[in-house]
Parts: sequence; C-alpha cells; structure tokens
Amino acid sequence: MTVTDERPSDAIENEIGRDRRRKEDQRLITGRTRWTDNIVLPGMLHLAMVRSPFAHATITSVDTSAAKASTNVVDVFSGADFGEELGAIINAWPITPDQVTPAHSPMPSDRVAFAGEIVAVVVARSAAEARDAAELVEVEYDELPAALDLKKSAADEVLAHPDLGTNKSALWVFDSGEAGTGGNVEDAIAKARTDGIVIEREYRQQRLIPAFMEPRSVVVDPTGEQYTMWSATQIPHIVRFALAATTGVSESKIRVIAPDVGGGFGGKLQVTPEEWIAWAVGRRLGKPVKYTETRSESLMSAHHGRDQWQKLTLSAEKDGTVTGLKVELLADLGAYVAIVGGGVPVLGAFMFNAIYKFPAYHFAVQTVLTNKAWTDAYRGAGRPEATYAIERLMSELAAEVGVDPLEIREKNWIKHEEFPFTTVAGLEYDSGNYEAATAKAKEMFGYDELRAEQMARRASGDTVQLGIGISTFTEMCGLAPSRVLGQLDYGAGGWEHASVRMLATGKVEVVTGASAHGQGHETAFSQIVADRLGVAFEDVEILHGDTAISHKGLDTYGSRSLVVGGEALVKAADKVIEKAKPIAAHLLEASVDDLEFSGGRFSVRGTDAGMGIGEIATAVFAAHNLPDGVEPSIDSEATYDPVNFNYPHGTHLCAMEVDTETGAVKMRKYVCVDDIGNIVNPLIVSGQVHGGLVQGIAQALWEEAVYDDAGTLVSGSFVDYLLPTAADTISFDIEHTTTPSLTNTLGTKGVGEAGTIASTPAVVNAVVDAVRHLGVSDIQMPCTPERVWRAINGPGSGGSTTEAAMPHFDAEGGQA
Amino acid sequence: MTRISLTVDGASVSDDVEPRMLLVQYLRERLGKTGTVIGCDTSNCGACTVHLDGTSVKSCNVLAVQADGAEVTTIEGLAQNGELHPVQAAFRECHGLQCGFCTPGMIMQSVDLLNTNPKPSEEEIRLGLEGNLCRCTGYHNIVKAVQHASGQGATA
Amino acid sequence: MIPAAFDYVAPTSVEDALAALAQYGDDAKIIAGGQSLLPVLRMRLNAPEWIIDLGRIESLRGIRDDGDAIVIGAMTPHAVVGSDPLVAEHAALIAKAVEHLADAQVRHRGTFGGALAHADPAGDLGAPALALGAEFVIAGSGGTRTVAADDFFVDLFETAIGEDEILTEVRIPKRTGWGATYEKFVRVAHQWPIVAVAATVRVDGGTIAEARIGLTNMGSTPLRARAVEDALVGQPATADGVRAAAEHATDGTNPPSDLNGDADYRRHLATVLTRRAVLAAAGA
Repeated sequence: MTVTDERPSDAIENEIGRDRRRKEDQRLITGRTRWTDNIVLPGMLHLAMVRSPFAHATITSVDTSAAKASTNVVDVFSGADFGEELGAIINAWPITPDQVTPAHSPMPSDRVAFAGEIVAVVVARSAAEARDAAELVEVEYDELPAALDLKKSAADEVLAHPDLGTNKSALWVFDSGEAGTGGNVEDAIAKARTDGIVIEREYRQQRLIPAFMEPRSVVVDPTGEQYTMWSATQIPHIVRFALAATTGVSESKIRVIAPDVGGGFGGKLQVTPEEWIAWAVGRRLGKPVKYTETRSESLMSAHHGRDQWQKLTLSAEKDGTVTGLKVELLADLGAYVAIVGGGVPVLGAFMFNAIYKFPAYHFAVQTVLTNKAWTDAYRGAGRPEATYAIERLMSELAAEVGVDPLEIREKNWIKHEEFPFTTVAGLEYDSGNYEAATAKAKEMFGYDELRAEQMARRASGDTVQLGIGISTFTEMCGLAPSRVLGQLDYGAGGWEHASVRMLATGKVEVVTGASAHGQGHETAFSQIVADRLGVAFEDVEILHGDTAISHKGLDTYGSRSLVVGGEALVKAADKVIEKAKPIAAHLLEASVDDLEFSGGRFSVRGTDAGMGIGEIATAVFAAHNLPDGVEPSIDSEATYDPVNFNYPHGTHLCAMEVDTETGAVKMRKYVCVDDIGNIVNPLIVSGQVHGGLVQGIAQALWEEAVYDDAGTLVSGSFVDYLLPTAADTISFDIEHTTTPSLTNTLGTKGVGEAGTIASTPAVVNAVVDAVRHLGVSDIQMPCTPERVWRAINGPGSGGSTTEAAMPHFDAEGGQA
Repeated sequence: MTRISLTVDGASVSDDVEPRMLLVQYLRERLGKTGTVIGCDTSNCGACTVHLDGTSVKSCNVLAVQADGAEVTTIEGLAQNGELHPVQAAFRECHGLQCGFCTPGMIMQSVDLLNTNPKPSEEEIRLGLEGNLCRCTGYHNIVKAVQHASGQGATA
Repeated sequence: MIPAAFDYVAPTSVEDALAALAQYGDDAKIIAGGQSLLPVLRMRLNAPEWIIDLGRIESLRGIRDDGDAIVIGAMTPHAVVGSDPLVAEHAALIAKAVEHLADAQVRHRGTFGGALAHADPAGDLGAPALALGAEFVIAGSGGTRTVAADDFFVDLFETAIGEDEILTEVRIPKRTGWGATYEKFVRVAHQWPIVAVAATVRVDGGTIAEARIGLTNMGSTPLRARAVEDALVGQPATADGVRAAAEHATDGTNPPSDLNGDADYRRHLATVLTRRAVLAAAGA
C-alpha cells in the first residue's frame, strides 16, 4: 500500500497545474460580498469632499458656516482646522538624492495644485446630507497660471509649485558605458550615422486612468483600543506603516483591512488624501466615518498612469544588427510625487533593451511636476512604456532594412542557448526561449496566410487594409529583491511573509502578506499549500488583507504575489513539515532518519506505519504526548526575499483591419504565446492574460485622459474616458511555452502584467503596418479613427486630441 | 418622503423614501441588498443592473419612487432554494469574473439577454453586454460563460 | 451620485400632468424614462424642485396603426419600439436606429418621446424622425397641436415643446417597403454616435426613386440632408451612382469638434457614411 492511496480522492492529482474553479467566486456571484462601501457601523457618519475646480490656485478663504448650519451636518473641516494630526502623503521612492519633492498635505490650506484636490470635508449623518452641505462650502480662490503641457513644464515656463523654483523633480540616468555593462552609445550612434542605420523617433505615452471598477472607499472606526481602517486598497500593510509614520499614531494601535477589493491595476497602490482625511476626521470626532468616491471623483483625483514623451535613438548596422539604444524620457508626475512616483519610469529603465543584444545603452528620465492629477503605477508600471518603445522601434528598423519584422527580431534576440544572459542594462535573465514561443505563435496565427492576404488587399487597393503587428516582449517582475530596491533608493524591501497554521481539526489556515483584489489568491495559494502539505484543496483557508491577521506583508503589485508571496508559502509549509517530523517520529516510535514525508503523510521507511499531517496537528493540539523539549505547535512562518526578478516573455501577433475611408480600426485576430514558467492554475492565468491584453489594447486604441487648457479633466467620466466593452473586443487565442524560472522553487514567473505590457505595441504595429504603404510610419496613441484617417491623408501621426467633450448630460435637456 | 411598496427578491417591502433616492441606494442602504453595487455616475458601467418587472435596468438610473408597485430581482434573488442560477454557475465554471465587482450586473444582464435570446451568437452576446463594463476579464471568459449557460458548450 | 432633493409627483393622466406643470412651472422637470435626466441630477448639473413623472400615464404608451401613419406613444420604451412589427413594416428606419441605441438596459427604460424631447443632437432618434417626416403631437392647456419634424428641433437640447406642454405621441408617415439603414459611427459600443446617418430609400428597378436622409451629430440639431436626397433621385443604386450625391452630406452642417473628432473629420465621415447608408438601404 502506497501512502498516496490514503489521501482524499480530490488530492490524488497534483493541485499545481489544475484548472481549479475559484474559491472566491461563490460569494461574488451571489452578491454576498464585503466591499468597503457595504460596511455600516453604529453611529457612522458620512463624508463629502469639497474639491478644487481649478488646476492651480491660492486658497484665499474657506467659509464653512452655511454648510455647518445645514441639516444633520456634524462638522465641516478645511485644511486649516487640522495641524500635524492630518499627516502627510508620502513618496517612498526618491529616485535621486536631490529629487525635488513638493510637500503633500492631504488637504492643503494655502494652495491647490490640481483640479480635484480636496480643500474641505463635510461630515454629516447621511451621505446625501453631506453632499448637500458640500455645495454650501464657499471657497474663494486666486487662480494661478497652471503648468499643464509636459514639454513646456519641463522648460519651467510656468511653475506647478512656485516655491520650488523648478518643475524638474529628478533626472535619473543609466549608461552602459559608465556601468560597465556595455559600450558607449554615442560612439555606436556616430558610427551608424556614417555606415549604418539610425532610427530616431519620438513616441507619446498618453496619460491613462487605471479605472478599477470599484470606486475607492474608506471607513475609519476610532472606537475601541485600536483604530481600524477599512479601505479599498491594494496595500493595507503599507497604508498602516504610512499612517503610523505620518500621523503620530503608534503602528501597534492601527489595524488596516482591505476587505473585498474590486480591482486595482496599480490604481489602488497608493496612500491617499481621502484615507488620511477620513482617518483625521474619525479620530477628531471619535465616531466611525465613511467616504466613498463617485466615479467622477475617482477619475479626476485617483492617480493616473503612463504620461511620457519618449525620445528614442536606435543604431544598427546596415543588415539590421542593433548596435546601440539611447532613451530620453520626460515623465509627468502630476502635481505631487506619488508613493512610487518617479520610480515608475525607473522600473522601465532596465527593459528598453528587452530581449535584444544591444551592445550599448543609455537611459535618462527627467521627471516633471505639473498641475494635473498625480501619476503612479498602472498595470505594468514603466515596462509597458519601455516595451512599446522598443517593439515599435524594431518594426521601424525592419521597415528600414526592408525585411519582415519577425526576421529583424530573430536576428537580434538572445538565443535560448545563451541563457542565463546578462543584459546591457545589467540584469541577468535566468531563462527563456524566444524561438519556441515565436514559432508556436506564428503557427497559431496563420502568419504566412495573413501576410498573403495583406499583399492581396494592397494590390487590389481594397478600402479595408490589413496589418500585422508583432510584439516579442519580456518584462522583469516579482518586485523585488530588497537588495536591488535598496540600491535604487526605494524606501522599503521586497520580501513577502506567510504563515501556516495547522488547526486541531486538521484544517489549514494560511496567512499571506499579499493582498488580493481580484486575482484569485485564495484559490492559487490553496493549491500550492495543498500540494506541499498533502492536504485537500478544500481544507486550506487563505487569510489576507487584514493587518491584525496578516501582521506582516508588502501587499500585491508588480506581479509579485505568486513569485514572492507564493515562495514564502512554500517555505512556511516546509517548516511545518520540519517541525512535525520529530513529533511524528515520536508518535510512530521511529527514528527521524527513517521517516519520509509524501502525500501528506509521514511514513516509516520499509513499514506500513504512517501518520497524516492532520493527525499530527491534532496530537499537537492535545499536546499529551510530545517529545521532551518540543513546543506544542507545528505552526510556521517564513519571510522570503527573492534573489532575482523573473522574466516572463512571449510573442504576440495581432491582425488589424483599417478602414482607409474612415480611419476606423477593427481587430481581426490576436494570438499570444507567453512563457510564464510553471503554471499553478491555468484558468486563472488565462483570465490574467485576457484582461491584461484588453487593458493594453485599450491604451493602443481608446483610452486617454485629456485635460483642457485650463487644467480641467475633459475625459472626466465614462462617457469620455473610453473603456472598451464586450462589443469592442474579440476572443483571443492564447497558449504557453514553458521554461521554468530558476529564481523560485515553483519555477513560476509573474503573469499579471504581461498581457498589458505586450499588447499595446502589437496593436499599434498592426495598425501602422496596415497603412505603411500609404506613407504612414507612426500613429499617436490612442489610434483613434480620426488620427488614423489624418495619418493616411496627411503628414504626421494624426495630431493631438481636441480638448472638449460632448455635452450629452446637458442641464437644459427636456423630458428625458 | 414618499411611501413605496414593492417586491424585492420575492419579499414584500415598504418604506418611506426621499424622492431623490435612487433604486440602487434603496436596495443597498435600506434593504441591505449590497450585492448590487455602484460603479459610475453616468450609467455607463452597468454594475447596478437589476431586473425591474422582468427586464434589466440600471438601478442607478431609476428612482426608488418609480419602482413603487414593481417587482425587483437582484443578484441576491437569482439563486433558488440554494441552487445557483445557470448563469451564475457558468460564470464560475468559465472563470467569467476576477474582482467580481461588475459581476452582479454582468450576470443580471446576461440572464436578461438569454431570456430574450436563448441561443445567442458570440456577436449577439457581445452586443447584448455592451452596457456593462468589466476591467478584469477582457470579456473573453464572460462571453464563454454566457455561451456555456446557453448550452452552447463553451468552456474557459 | 446623489441628486439634490426634490419633490415628486406622478400623475396618471395627461391632464393631471399638465396641471402639475402649470403649477410648478420653472421649478419642475419632466421625467420620462429618465435615462438622460437622472445622470444630470446625480451629477447635480441640474436641481429642479419638482419632478413630474409621466411613467404612470398609461395612455402615453403603445404603438398603433393610424391609416397612413403609425403612432408611437411618447412613453413607449425603446425596446418595445424596436421589436414592434408595425414599426418594422412601416418605419424600418426607426427600428434600425433603435436596435443599437445606447444599451439593452437603457432601451428597456428609456422612452421614444423622452429621447426625442431631450433633443441631444447626438441622440439616435432625431435624424430618423426628421428623415421620415414625423409629426410631433404636443399637449398643452389649450389642447393639442401638431408640429412637423422640420419645426420640432430648435437648437441644442431645445425643441418646439413649450414649457407648459408635454409631448404625447409621434406620428410617423408609413414608408412601407422602403429600405432603411442607420449607419452609426462610434469608437466604443456604449458611446453616443460621433456621426450617424439615417437613410431610407425607395428603389424602383435599380434606380433610386425617393430618398430621405437624416444626419446625427452634424450640428446643434439633427439635420435633414435634402441636397443629398435631391441628388439621389434617379441615380442608379450603385456605389458610383451614389458617390456624388453623398458629397452633399456636408451641405449646411455645423458639426462640433471634440475628443472624438474635429468638425472637418466629421464632415468627411458624413459623406462616407451617407454613401454607405444609402447603398445599404437600397440593398446594393
């Protein structure tokens, strides 16, 4: 009789690799959810924010008297009503020692720096009454000139913060010549100007809005010995730390809970003025308070993403062999340096060279303050920008050389036998196989047939042209080795924590410091632990998102949960087994050396004697019969700090149809073959890829946060900030190749951001490819029909977006 | 205040409400039916979709007083006797949700779609869901879930 | 997300509704399906003191055959209009326009009359109503009057309906057997049209005998493209036959410039979409 025969039938199969349906779903599909906005506490008061309509203005007075007199209003506060108890909003990553960082009060009392900034807060017994009274708060402003355009702001034409004397926050540079990781890029470019090819381009990464579906919400309960905050956040642990650090409350008196959180995509990786104000008001009044933003408030004041100008110079030999890459970025920080802030473009610094063997590389980013909403991480954070630039450039190089864009990539990429490979940016890529992924993608796509169709449409002058776009991307994910973060001056480490509690009944409670907001951790982590401990999937409970339960953690972002948090789980589970071993030996009256653990059982080698891990847990709970000196617990914990990033990669192929008469674009086919290492749950992975793809496609085609020349967000609702619907997207063909990561036990790589990072250039390359024969070499994102049409019918890449919205919700409409 | 009486998920309820109270706010704040959520203020996202007298509506775009005398079904009233509605089951089976915030509205609209068109094509499904935004799934598995629920065999 | 407070009245007859309107006048707003009004109230872009709800007036619902016209009650939901056999047979253009109006939930709740009275130049019903020569029946304290489509749309969000009046029904002259297409151009499905063209034509032996064309979002009101209509008559129902006529789609237009396209791009779109709409309506 083998040991595994005694396991529950469900556990016979390896859990890792199974397409388990998610544990989370039962409550989500029946409406039994606990969103922050659902929480109601006795005596709870409601907050409404008064926000600046101006991008930049001095606050001359705030009159709260009428609001205070309004029905059921408890109090009204402006910034002046709070002192240091209001705390401050922190930047955790000063990217240079001399970074210029404006002070960021949650509710400034003297000057507002973007439209939507909070100047007062109304506290009332109901949300409706709070909103009513907010209309009565009279704020007088003296408008100041606003720094809005990124390039002009970089030239300090108008100052976003006059007291700082400049809009230039930090200049961060990496140079392969100086770092010793490669040659001098200027030499490479100079040489190419005489006997090679130089591709010079300027690309715009438009401003995006993460637009998680659940608006942010925060509840603060100051009653009891600990203050509790519920928040729709990705980062409860970091919020707790920052509250303690900036508001003078002992960390041990703060409990932060992220209950069910409805998406984040980086947008909830923030410490927010709304949280800090709710915290201060709750403490001041000693009553529970709640604030839930409207979508309009969310779009204007939650952090935005991307927003770069990219000046790029690629040098190559005549045959298309790349010799150098020079990247000069302007990155818009918005009005303040957010928690990651300038670190976002820095995360891209190591990725512009991508999968290609550039001998020389130079990267420089100038971060710039403006009077717009602050920017920070949005799905991919720095790496989509880098991948877009290089994948667009490689296709431009192919056009210049006159070869297929796949051919130019193959000529320059790292061959599979060359791993591990140290890149010109100084990273060591542990594993990958670009040839295999590309071959598979080409076959699934029907590459040659689509190329033939493209040629036929061109030859016949069809009004609908076909384009094929390619993106052979890689990324670095799994943030992050603490040592590396330290070298980059990031304010924290990148470890993750896990603990495994063996309950008396044999069930297993797992606590993770990763904080899920839709990813499916409860399912995937259960699979990992079930396999490791040999217990049933159903018997594992994953606890997370509450600092009182999960006391230690660094939360969820940067595709880190599985590769860092998952590895911590493995280590904690292994410790459980190690702790259980002497107890098992004692109970089985055998020597520790004769025990082996497999399939959830300790067995004595060469005998039928054995004992399940659950039985040991029960025995430990009773503690009647333990070896001398052994503590009555096999619970264990582990904190894991990764040694390296990991490097998913993939080949994405996209076919786009372009209506040359209208400029309308339509996706015909999208194939991707990603190598994300070993897969824990293929169902969850597919979901991450699909969703990631659409967010990347949306950057290419639809989304843009547009401000008018007064600094008002024009795309300030879902009417004008265009998220795609089911009717605008297609079904995707996704597959995988697998080269296990060598940087973690499970051999996994991150997947949360891959789709988004890869898809944007694939789509734009396809659109440009469709009309390149009409003289088009670039179309600015988003590739609106108008821009495509203008690119076909005139010079340039389609022009900028008109800064006005349609007035559908006009106040004067009748009988509607 | 206006007195309203209606049936919500099979139960008769009656309350005095301010005329300005939206149906979604009535469901959430007065009845504790927090399964129905608010995702936007322009009626684009569809997260608040419920059935009003048998057809789907955005409950942010209906006043509670307008629902006086009506029958409302929310995501919380879809499962019967502990049995998931086939569309609910299909969303789980096909991984048609991630964060789950859009899911109540997405499921309610999918049920409505299948009520009027029991065997929709992929294009009909995509068009039928055009009033519901999802930011997580890219819609791929939502479409599969609706196909699955309609007995058209798709899995994720 | 929370409207300012208002009082509410839900009359059950047109007479009572007119009385309420007379009583509350400037302080009142009529709610039909509410699909455009409620967002305005939620975002506090307007704060009427009274809301008069027409939703309880049964006589305003329904579609009937009235000899040479069909009559659509103002409070008939879009979904009902879109699936009505009379509409499909005699006013196919309306059916086509309703098919992709907003989204399913809005079509369940939003009403035919409410959308027309709202008079958003980007609304999907104005151009078809104009093209079909609809007549708008408007009730006031002095009785009812009928306004021709050409006179109904006055300006952006402004119609011929007086402040003390209510749109009760819309008469649409039958165009039985005419081909119809509503060619709507959007970037994402849930958008208002950037430009749309409503075209209905009668083809006789391969030649366009009659054509009626309306333009959506090409000015401050829906527009009738009469120059196109005139130029189409007698033309063969082919791409070449229609092309020159479609160029007239820009005549007399004054389209907006916004995030989704500048005026000159919209004019270009109007010509392309007109050509396509006419050809599709002609079954070519």
